[in-house]
This record gives sequence, structure tokens and C-alpha cells, in this order.
Amino acid sequence: MSSNQNAPGAPAPKGRGAIPGLIKGLATTARTLARPSHTAEYPDAPPHLPPRTRGVIALLEENCTSCMLCARECPDWCIYIDSHKETIPAPTPGGRERQRNVLDRFAIDFSLCMYCGICIEVCPFDALHWSPEFEYAELDIRDLLHEKERLGQWMPTVPPPPALDPGAPEPAEVAAANKPPRAARPARPATTVRPQPPAPQGDA
Amino acid sequence: MSDALELVLRTLSVLAAFLVLPLLVGQTEHKVMAHMQGRLGPMYAGGFHGWAQLVADGVKFVQKEDITPRDADRPVFKLAPAVALVPYLVALAVIPLSPTVVAADVDASVLFVLAASAVGILGTLMAGWSSANKYALLGGMRAAAQLLSYELPIVLATASVALAAGTVSLPGIVHAWHPVWLLWQAPGAFCFLLAAVAELQRPPFDMPVADSEIVFGPYTEYTGLRFAFFLLSEYAGIVVMSLLFAVLFLGGWHGPFADTLGWVWTLLKAAVVAVVVIWFRVAWPRLREDQLQRLAWLVLVPVAIAQLALTGVLVVVTS
Repeated sequence: MSSNQNAPGAPAPKGRGAIPGLIKGLATTARTLARPSHTAEYPDAPPHLPPRTRGVIALLEENCTSCMLCARECPDWCIYIDSHKETIPAPTPGGRERQRNVLDRFAIDFSLCMYCGICIEVCPFDALHWSPEFEYAELDIRDLLHEKERLGQWMPTVPPPPALDPGAPEPAEVAAANKPPRAARPARPATTVRPQPPAPQGDA
Repeated sequence: MSDALELVLRTLSVLAAFLVLPLLVGQTEHKVMAHMQGRLGPMYAGGFHGWAQLVADGVKFVQKEDITPRDADRPVFKLAPAVALVPYLVALAVIPLSPTVVAADVDASVLFVLAASAVGILGTLMAGWSSANKYALLGGMRAAAQLLSYELPIVLATASVALAAGTVSLPGIVHAWHPVWLLWQAPGAFCFLLAAVAELQRPPFDMPVADSEIVFGPYTEYTGLRFAFFLLSEYAGIVVMSLLFAVLFLGGWHGPFADTLGWVWTLLKAAVVAVVVIWFRVAWPRLREDQLQRLAWLVLVPVAIAQLALTGVLVVVTS
């Protein structure tokens, strides 16, 4: 022992400062005994998860346009998308035929996913959502590749978005809906002269 | 014929108490320790709050392979758990729960209990020596040193009570007990309790089995049922020491309705002592080996001797 100050005279375990510490230990344990315990009885009682829990990624298939933004932004490329184009016949005679993307396959490999949420952030059509569901462990790592049917089953578990903060501006959709209708444009003049772009300079 | 029947009945009831009370203490430790740490403890075995956890543990231990190390001293190694366990059974037989509820009423029961419970440590020593394992040997040496240091305060504190009562019979001591003794014999009771915890090798005096230093001390090489016997002997030791403390210092069966409910009072007082022993384990860290010896020789032995002197003076003055 380098610091031997309180060794002579006072016995080490009962020396200065030991008794209050011992009593404090007894008091702390007794107080904890009197309080309810912290244990969450998980399999018997459902856990209380915060609303923004990142449990699993759910897919709302109707909203997906197969734009591939999520698959391209994914840092570890764990999203697989197959789609084909389908031609919709013109609804009225003489009308124009339309083309739309049809989603054939949407799969997320949760053995690769790192739950960064970038795919959910970039989705322009709110097709991907965080769900707090977390009980999808598998015995084989290959079974963690979940197809769009399974991803869609998690959709009902997605909680409603949390309420806005008191001082937050109103959401863009609400603001747009509440805006007074635009005043009618004044009629265009018969001839318009478009401004020409400046001619390229000779030194280019 | 009836004498033989009574003998069998008494023996069986002691055996039943010996098998049930340590399990009760163990389950209490599970639950009390868990709640003191903000946990729930066992919740599944048996259905209601895990009441059968220790029964399940026992079934598990029975299923395990009984291994004896190749270099071990086989007879000693195999005998050690019995030597650790049986003395507490013998000691339990002479502790009176009430004037009538006592399995074997011997005259010098104080000496008998002290002698019997001291033999229990011999099992730890045998286990440590015969295991052919350096950790077990270290643990055995620590147990020996601890036994030598802490047997003295126990004997001195008990001698003080026996001196005050003027008898070495446990029922006699309880008969002579008076509530003033709670104050008069308090230093001795303090010494006895600490020394009893040390003798049982319970935290904060569990240097012989310090798991972070020497694996599990003398019990390192044990498996299965033999290991379970060592654990059982620890809890049986708590039962014996708690009952002894209740009888010596807390007045045993004294209390309301002592004529009919005397044995309940003794058991209740012993239960409180057992919970305190468990509480020490949860609240306090383990002592270092030198601190352990300092506490014994510089605090407990002097206090116990002073208590003995005080008792002697008062007995002489008042008689």
C-alpha cells in the first residue's frame, strides 16, 4: 500500500469512513427493496416502445412507384426491386395510352440492413415506414430476406406519426390545402417574344 | 417400542427441517437479493413467483455428471461434502424452538452446537486440499485462516451469554433471558453475528470462494450433487447460525403467547436474522484477506473479550 495514512490505529474495514459507507449500502439496498422492480417481463408483458422505434421496415405497396430511389440510396444495398412497365389503354377513344410501373418484387434483406432509415427518408411517396415490430428472428440467416408480402404485413403495426411540437409550422400538405385559391391570370398578350439566350462568346 | 417410534419421529422431523429450511432461506435470498437490486428474481419454476426454483436446481444438479479429478485424493474428495453438510444437521437437532419443541435435549447444548458447527468448516478444508487444484488449495488455506480467526469471537460471545445465564444449556439460556439482555449483550451479539457470517463464508467474508480471484475456491472441482451439497451446507449453516443467534441473543420463544406459539417466535426471529445475513451479502463488498484478519483480531476479539469481562463483572455484582 502506497498511502498508509489511516492504516495504524484504525482497522482497515472499520476505519474512518467505512461505517457511513456500510450504512449507506444497507440503506440503498433497503430503499430499492421497497420500490417496485425495474424488470420488464417481456415475453409475458408487451414492451413499451417509444413511437419512433426502429423495429422493422414496412412497405405500403400501393404507394411504391418502383422509382428505385431507396435501393440506390441504401448504404449496404439490401433492397431488391424488380418491376416492369405496363401499358394502360386510353380511357377514352382517341386518348393517349399511359405507361406505369408495376412492382414485381420488393425485398429487404434484414441480415444486411443496418436500420439507418435512409430508404424511408428518401421515399418520395411514403411507401416505406418504420414499424416497432421486432420479433422476426430466424434460425437461418438466409430467412431474414423478406419479400413484399411479408413487408406489407407489418404495415398495420406502423404507429400514427407523432404529434407536431407546439411551435412547429403546419405541415406542407395542410398549408397547401389551406392556401386561398390563386387569382385568375390575366389573359396573355397575343404575341410573345421570348428573350434569346446570350450568344456564346468567341473564347469558349 | 414407543421410545423407538419417538426417536424415529424426532429424527425424521429434524431431517425434514434440515431439508426445508435451507431451501426457504435460499428462495428468500433469491427474491430479497433480486428486489434489492431492482429485479424480480425467479418467476417461472413452479408457477407462482418461482417458488420451486431451488427444487428445479436440485433436479438439475442430480442430472449432472459426478466428476472426480484424476489427481484428486479420491476418498477425501468424495467425503468432503458430507463432512460439510452433516455437522449442521447434528447441530440443528439440539437447537430448541420452544421448551417442548426440541429434537434432542442435551445438557451442554451450547458446547455441542459450537463444536458441531465448527466441524463443518473441515469439509471445506478437505475439499480444498484434496482437489489437486491450486485455486482450491488457496481457497482451503483462506478458509482455514478464517476459521481460526472467527471461531474465537463466536466462542467468546457465546461464553458471555452462557455466563450471564449461568448455564451451558440452550433452553436454560432462553429461560434466563430477559429483554435487558438485548442492550447488555449487544456488543457480543454484534461480534457473534459478524463472526457467524464469516464462519459461513458468506459475503462480505467470502474470501475462500472469491469467484473473481480463485474461481470458486475449494468447490472449484466439484460438480453435480456433491457441489449441491456444499451449497446446501452453506444455507443450512445460515439456518443453524440464525436459530442460534435467535436463541442466544433474541430470547428464543419469548413473546406473546409463548406457551403455545413459542416455536413460531423462535422461527420468526431466526428468519429476521437470516434476512439480515442476506442483506449483508447484497449491500457490502468483499473484504480483502488482510482486512478480514484485521477485523477479527483488532475489533471482534477485543470487543468479545470486553463483553465477557462486562458480563462477568455484572454477574458477580448482581448475584
